[in-house]
Amino acid sequence: MGERTSWLVWVVTGLVMAFLAAPSLLVIAMSFSGGRFLEFPPRTLSVRWYEAYWSSAAWWNATVRSLQIGVMVTVLATTLGTLASVALVRLAVPGKSVLRALIVSPIVVPTIVLSIGLYNVYARWRLIGSAAGLVLAHTVLALPFVVLNVSAVLYKLDRSLERAARSLGAGPLRTFTTVMLPLLWPGIASGAIFAFLISFDEIVVAMFVSGSTPTLPKLMFDGIRYELNPVVAAVSSQLIAVTTLALLASAWLRRRTERITGGA
Amino acid sequence: MSPRSTWRQAGLLVGPALLLLAAVYLYPLGRLFVLSVGGGPGGAGLEAYRRLAESSVYVDVLLRTTRISVVVTLVCLLAAYPVAYVMTRVGPAWFRVLMVFVLLPLWTSILVRTYAWMVLLQANGVLNNVLRWLRVIDEPLRLMYNETGVVIGMAQVLLPFAILPLYASLRSIDPRLSRAAQSMGAGPWRRFYSLTLPLSMPGMATAALLVFVQGLGFFITPALLGGSRVITLAMVIETQVVDLLDWSLASAAAMVLLVLTAALVVGFDRLVGLDRVWA
Repeated sequence: MGERTSWLVWVVTGLVMAFLAAPSLLVIAMSFSGGRFLEFPPRTLSVRWYEAYWSSAAWWNATVRSLQIGVMVTVLATTLGTLASVALVRLAVPGKSVLRALIVSPIVVPTIVLSIGLYNVYARWRLIGSAAGLVLAHTVLALPFVVLNVSAVLYKLDRSLERAARSLGAGPLRTFTTVMLPLLWPGIASGAIFAFLISFDEIVVAMFVSGSTPTLPKLMFDGIRYELNPVVAAVSSQLIAVTTLALLASAWLRRRTERITGGA
Repeated sequence: MSPRSTWRQAGLLVGPALLLLAAVYLYPLGRLFVLSVGGGPGGAGLEAYRRLAESSVYVDVLLRTTRISVVVTLVCLLAAYPVAYVMTRVGPAWFRVLMVFVLLPLWTSILVRTYAWMVLLQANGVLNNVLRWLRVIDEPLRLMYNETGVVIGMAQVLLPFAILPLYASLRSIDPRLSRAAQSMGAGPWRRFYSLTLPLSMPGMATAALLVFVQGLGFFITPALLGGSRVITLAMVIETQVVDLLDWSLASAAAMVLLVLTAALVVGFDRLVGLDRVWA
């Protein structure tokens, strides 16, 4: 590798990294500004936008709603996704690849298309504004990520452990709960984190079907679209902090998976 | 295990997920198809599609959406390649640092990042103020509410989807090939053009697919950074449903977007293989 090229490549990489990180860092810096508008660098520092967030009933209600929906989506998507993964990886069923493609396909379907379809159908089912409607829709979006995470661990898992359990007289259910589940849990937990983040972040479906009970992203979107509400900067900074923690947790889980499956 | 009990087990395991997908995924999409062909006064027909094709407004929107996606894809490939390349050459500590930079934005809400770009790109935003302070410009540049702003914002949001597959494909290239080429007298550029670049084509194709397909259906970033001046296909669909209540036209536009996306993904699967994307 010639010196010149490698020097140039490094500089470009640094610039791209700055391009990736700059927006988030700026939002965090500006969220502490003391003025009435967002400014950089902030002339005076304060936590007034954080106070405004924590003392506002509207922001608080939206946060609680997003947390509730996120937890329900996590439970539902993780359960359905784990069960489906076991069948898709372990059982010899014809048409498996079609089923797998169907379950993973929501990743590529444009969310705006699914959103207006749901908007139309939910209006007739009277599910607009309901938690149930959002939970079901977000579960569809989260399912692929649970299936991909759990399948990845399942493929690496030694099948002879399951065969040993069966030959010792354990039924399929017993084998699943006492042998597979303890070994699968890092994959399942990793899928669960993805499921929660997807629901907690989701905006397009929520825009159409959340009705008069907005989720946190919906309230943020309204705050951005019609005015550059500085409270959104405080909310964003807190979301970045939470996401960073979730990402660290999932990195830790991945390392555990590698230990369990022998780093395959 | 008898085949019958296998079937029962499979049904119990996949059944609940399939039921959910049938009710709130396949049915709503099917319903849109029915609405798109059943809208005309003469019953079922292609009336709504004809209206889309004959209106220069919608043709313009489709062209603009495609153009933005193409430019964003090119920007992402150009920016991602050096990063992915560096990731294959650094030690584990630096690799972890770069990975954090790539993954964190992926998991920071699109809304948050778009908001950040609005603050940055506004007429009296950070970027314009810095440029004026440096005396590079006198008048603020128009960086928002035009295609430039939309491309900048979308490229930043979609960049990780280009870096990750490119890195995977560059990593799989045997380093001995490069050494062999060097020993035969090939310089760095020659080795890049006739060795690394062709061997990383599958990664480039995957990166381009992931960025382009997502770009076509993007809604939040164009809506906020483009405003009413840069209307994309996804925004037309929203307006038709929310403001104009024209369900047949919205459904037809949605079907166009869905079929375009599906065709690209299926075509890619035939040519390159989708298994690479999931891995």
